[in-house]
Amino acid sequence: MRSRPLSPHLGVYKFMYTMALSILHRITGVALSAGLLLLAVWLMALAAGEASYERTYDFLSHGLAQVVIAGWLLAFAYHLCNGVRHLTWDAGIGLEKHEARRSAAVTVVATVLIFAALIYIAFYLRAGGAA
Amino acid sequence: VSLRSPLGRVLGRGAAGEGVSHWWWQRVSAVALVPLALWLMVSLLLLPSLHYAHVVAWLQQPWNAVLLTLFIVVTTYHSALGVQVVIEDYVHGKPIKIFSLLASTFLHVIVAVAGVFAVLKVAV
Repeated sequence: MRSRPLSPHLGVYKFMYTMALSILHRITGVALSAGLLLLAVWLMALAAGEASYERTYDFLSHGLAQVVIAGWLLAFAYHLCNGVRHLTWDAGIGLEKHEARRSAAVTVVATVLIFAALIYIAFYLRAGGAA
Repeated sequence: VSLRSPLGRVLGRGAAGEGVSHWWWQRVSAVALVPLALWLMVSLLLLPSLHYAHVVAWLQQPWNAVLLTLFIVVTTYHSALGVQVVIEDYVHGKPIKIFSLLASTFLHVIVAVAGVFAVLKVAV
């Protein structure tokens, strides 16, 4: 097949941080989809009984797994906040350029707050418990 | 000159025969996931620990089992719709695209069935 021109031509636009938020929605979405595999493994381990569950628990308690889980919580917080932003657009609200830039800032702040709250509960409030 | 038939225009289903249903269900599942996902995160994180006994006791509460089943079904559906669009946009070449779409569909169904089965096994 002859190669045809593909849209969008990203190179012709001046970079705006709203572009980063846009692609981040997809990246975090795919990351969360991959996380669903982990959720299924965790639940199946639970269904298989205590011995298999505690093995999975120990594996998920390791430092590297905890970093992955923390990253997953961050992806969740972002996809949730930016998803709500997308829903407001679908309702026809906030489509002007200056409004989209403001809601981008709100999304980033809300993401940081929700992520901080989740991390605080997971790693500090629950003494000795793994996330 | 439009080549679309009057019937096709009225039905509004487009070339793929689906109309806006993909777009619409992505939104319906998104709206449902806002409370469901927040509930799951907060209630898991508020457990005294995630050791076996605590998680089993939590999942044996009927409403927890119902809400987790709902979360699994809705989130795998939302994920399947989203990953499908990502594959369609970025994977070029027909054979690899079809293969990726099939793999994504199968994986999502496996995750959904395994998740619901595990919840029922523990909760019932």
